[in-house]
Amino acid sequence: MGKVVVVTSGKGGVGKTTSTAALGAAVARTGKKVALVDFDVGLRNLDLIMGAERRVVFDLVNVIQGTAKLSQALIRDKRVETLFLLPASQTRDKDALTEEGVGEVIDKLRSVFDYVFCDSPAGIERGAQLAMRFADEAVIVTNPEVSSVRDSDRIIGLLDARTVKAERGEQIAKHVLVTRYDAARAARGEMLSIDDVLEILSTPLLGIIPESQDVLRASNLGSPVTLSDPTNSAARAYIEAAKRLEGEELPVVVPFERKGFLDRLFGRRAA
Amino acid sequence: MTFAAPVETKSIRFRARSFVAFTLTPEAPLSEWLESLDRWIGNSPGYFAGRPVVLNLNTLKPEVGQIEALVAELGLRGIRIYAIELDGNTALESNLPPVLIGAKEATAGLLMQADSKGRPEETDRPEEAGRAEQGKQPQDRQPEAPATLMVKTPIRSGQSVFHAHGDVIVLGSVASGSEIVAAGSIHVYGTLRGRASAGVLGHSAARIFCRKNEAELLSVDGWYCTAEEMEPSLRGKAVQAFLEKDTLRIAPFN
Repeated sequence: MGKVVVVTSGKGGVGKTTSTAALGAAVARTGKKVALVDFDVGLRNLDLIMGAERRVVFDLVNVIQGTAKLSQALIRDKRVETLFLLPASQTRDKDALTEEGVGEVIDKLRSVFDYVFCDSPAGIERGAQLAMRFADEAVIVTNPEVSSVRDSDRIIGLLDARTVKAERGEQIAKHVLVTRYDAARAARGEMLSIDDVLEILSTPLLGIIPESQDVLRASNLGSPVTLSDPTNSAARAYIEAAKRLEGEELPVVVPFERKGFLDRLFGRRAA
Repeated sequence: MTFAAPVETKSIRFRARSFVAFTLTPEAPLSEWLESLDRWIGNSPGYFAGRPVVLNLNTLKPEVGQIEALVAELGLRGIRIYAIELDGNTALESNLPPVLIGAKEATAGLLMQADSKGRPEETDRPEEAGRAEQGKQPQDRQPEAPATLMVKTPIRSGQSVFHAHGDVIVLGSVASGSEIVAAGSIHVYGTLRGRASAGVLGHSAARIFCRKNEAELLSVDGWYCTAEEMEPSLRGKAVQAFLEKDTLRIAPFN
């Protein structure tokens, strides 16, 4: 039985889809069978990030409504043969998803794949709640900013209340993934520190992804950064986070800015 | 051939249940009372949204004709009146909310409401928490549980803890965008970043204690202080909030 991991955040634009693609690809590279499911019906993006937008025939809504078989809708990645994508429908909206339908699809995926990553839409409404509904674990993507952290806190509350696992009285395993971490801005005190984020969310840390132009470039090229440029600092951080997700114990290193002579002379400024 | 399904004759059962509602007691002069209500709502937007509110008119004793205007006035502020308390007036016009009699101060135990389902786990041992056991018959009730609600998990943004029976103890932190409403005192052993209202059913000796004060609003028995009004030196400190001669005082622990 595979593990179902929801990648969620509450707030939009923090890097859920990018992180889903990067983590999924990193796990699949080790030979595990991985399915990425785009739950953002109506605003799908994961196909673009994965570079599979020209191969989409059927989607999640087709499978739920029975107009296509799961095997027809799954798109195999061209680079990693154990990596699959189940795209969302762009022409429908989230009302096309039913709880029973999603449950059946997830159950089937769980029996075939080692890992099922569900890319949640932003918000706390129906789409986001269905994406987390059947999850065993959750990756909460957070930017080191107050608005993002507060929204993540809200999502953690929902994870503890509205998932099938929580309703059975079990704990859903939760991990915080801090993305777009800018060491220079953090040093100037312009962002929340990692300690602040973890203190507010009181949830263990999965990794810290540094802000990097390469992530954006990889997304535009339709390739997760962990496949296109695995030596890049953001890619390395994602690969390490994926290992932690699989249970490996690796210490998290907070990215730091190499200080120049002048910085050292004037010390740290607090904003 | 088709047959119509036989009509099932189910007997209808009525059951009496009690609920906790907030009571608003307007005072004369009404315009001033409405003004202070507006100030309160301005500081706590959405406080009354979806909450059952009962209008107690025994202090104001308005003419029957004025009641409708008052209910409408409150409706404009998003306060929906579920019922009216008015002694000696058992029947009002049918367009007005029904009259309630025989009110008791709330002792209904714990009501936990967090946007319908998003409620935090109360405790590992529910019998400690003094929670209202829904659907449980009175005869198999445990010996009177202590009236303190202990919340062992952090209270997340958007969650709301309402305890109409006594004190609330939170072992973790209370997130920005969450709230605790208690009839007694509130103790937060983590950081208090949300809103805390103690003594809400008119208990002026209630206090709020927290290890680290980053609160959005502190209130005791209706007297409140917003983050903006708080002394900056009190932020981030261990503090307690209490009433002293009808003023809310916030004092640090040394």
